[in-house]
Amino acid sequence: MISDFLSYSFIQNALLASILGSITAGIIGTYVVARRMVFITGGITHASFGGLGIGYFIGINPLIGAAIFGVLSGLGVEFVSKYQKIREDSVIAMIWSFGMALGIIFIYLTPGYAPNLLSYLFGNILSVSFGDLLTMAGLLLVVLALFIPFFRLIQYITFDEVFARTSRAPVSLFKYLLVGLVALTAVIYIRVAGIILVLSLLTIPQNAAMLFSNNLKKIMWLSILFGFLGSLAGLIFSYSLNIPSGASIIFSLVILYLLASAVKSIKLTGSRRKNLLTGS
Amino acid sequence: MNRLIELKNVSFGYSGTTVIEGVNLVIRPGDFIGMIGPNGGGKSTIIKIIMGLLEPWNGEVYLQSMINIGYLPQYHEFDGQFPISVEEVVLSGLLKKGNIAARVKKEERKKASKVLEQVGMLPLAHRSIGDLSGGQMQRVFIGRALISDPDLLILDEPQTYVDNRFEQELYQLLEAISQKTAILLVSHDVGQIVSSVKTIACVNKQLHFHPSNQITEEILESYNCPIDLITHGHVPHRVLPTHHS
Repeated sequence: MISDFLSYSFIQNALLASILGSITAGIIGTYVVARRMVFITGGITHASFGGLGIGYFIGINPLIGAAIFGVLSGLGVEFVSKYQKIREDSVIAMIWSFGMALGIIFIYLTPGYAPNLLSYLFGNILSVSFGDLLTMAGLLLVVLALFIPFFRLIQYITFDEVFARTSRAPVSLFKYLLVGLVALTAVIYIRVAGIILVLSLLTIPQNAAMLFSNNLKKIMWLSILFGFLGSLAGLIFSYSLNIPSGASIIFSLVILYLLASAVKSIKLTGSRRKNLLTGS
Repeated sequence: MNRLIELKNVSFGYSGTTVIEGVNLVIRPGDFIGMIGPNGGGKSTIIKIIMGLLEPWNGEVYLQSMINIGYLPQYHEFDGQFPISVEEVVLSGLLKKGNIAARVKKEERKKASKVLEQVGMLPLAHRSIGDLSGGQMQRVFIGRALISDPDLLILDEPQTYVDNRFEQELYQLLEAISQKTAILLVSHDVGQIVSSVKTIACVNKQLHFHPSNQITEEILESYNCPIDLITHGHVPHRVLPTHHS
C-alpha cells in the first residue's frame, strides 16, 4: 500500500513540497510569530489575490502577479508602520480587503471561466508541478542565505529593534528584506495551502515549538519537524479519505498542536508533583 | 584634548514644539557626568540624538570614529513573550555595525557570565527574559550595556525598577567602571549621584554644566531643575558660579 502510494509522481512531488515547505515555513514562520506579524502576513497573503486577478486578466502566470502584489503590500505596510500616526492594524485591514476586491473585479472581467480559483483559495498540494518545486527550492536557498550568516542580527532586531538601531547595524534594510521573504513564502505556498489556509503553515508548528523552548534556533528546528509531521499526516488523510489536501494538512497541524500542549501540561504537572514531594 | 562626543548648538523638537534648544555638550575620556532635569526637560532626547535614534533639527553631532557606546534606554520596547534567554540578551550588547554576520564566540559567553555576575543575574542566565521581574530585567539590560567594555557608558534612569540594595551596588559598580570608562548618567535623583559624579549637567530645554561639589538646592531651583536633594542628603552647600550659556 505504501509503495503504491509512493509510486505516483504527484505524491512524490507533494512529499518534496512538504519537506521544502516545512523548512521554509519553519524558519520564516518563527520570525513571523516571534515578531508578532501574523496579522500583517494574513494581510499580505490576501492582498496578493489582487495580483492574482490582474495576472489572470493580462494573461501571465497568476502567481507571479500575486508575488509582486504580495511583496509590494508587505513593503508598504512595513513602510507605513514607521509613521506612528497611522494605525497599523487598520492599514493592514484596508490592504487585505482592497487586494481581495481587486482580485475579484479582474477575475470577473477576464473573459471565460477561471477554473483554478478554488485551488488558489484552498490550495492543492497534489497538483504541485516540477516547476513549483524548483521555485520552492529557490526560495529556500534565499532564506538560508539570509538566516544562516545573519541569524544573530535577525534575532536581536526582532527582540529589541530600537536597541539594535543604536549599534548602527542596517536594521531597516533587514526588516524590508525579511518582510519581502515573508510575502514570497506566503505566495509561493498558496499552491500548497491556498490563500485562506497558508497562514497556518507559518503559525501552528511554530506555536507548538514555542511550548518546548525559549531558544529561537531550537524553535526553528522543532517547527520544521512539526510542520513536516503535520503535512505528512495531512497528505495521508487526504489520499486515503479523498478530502482536499490543504484542509487535511491544517486539520493535522491543529491536532498536532493540541497533542503538543497536552504533552507540555502533563510535563508541567509532573514536575510540580515532584516539587511537592521533594518539598521544594 | 580628544573628545568622545561633542554636540554643538543642537536643537530638536516633536511636531513643532521645541524640546531642546542650543545644547552644547562635550564628553571626554574620564568624564563622569550626571544629567538631571525635570520630566520633559529633554534629557532622553539628548541621549537619543547621541545614539543616532533621532536626527537633530539643527546643530552638529560629533562622535569619535569607532567609538563604542554602552547604552541603557529609559524604556524598553520589547515583547515579554519573545523567546530569548537572559544570556542572549546580554550578548546582544556586542552587536556592532561591522560584525553583523558574527557567531557567538566562547570568550563572548565567558564575558556574558562575568557581566551577569556583576549585576547579580548569573543564576538566571538561561531563563527567558519575560519570566523576570522588572528589577531583574533592568539588571540584565545594564549588563547588556556593560558587556562590550564601552568607551562611554550612557545610562538613562538606571535606578528605575531596581530595589535600594541593588541601587547602592550599582553606584559602587559605576564608580569602579569610571576609572577606565566615561559615564553619562541620567537621573531625576541627584542626591544619589552627586557623591560619585564629577560634573552635573542640568537639562531643561537648555543645558548648563556645574562641577558637582557646587550644587545646592537653591541653585537647582533657580535654574528650573526641581530635584529632590533632601531625601538623600550628604550634599555640602556651596556657592555656584554664574552660568556661561
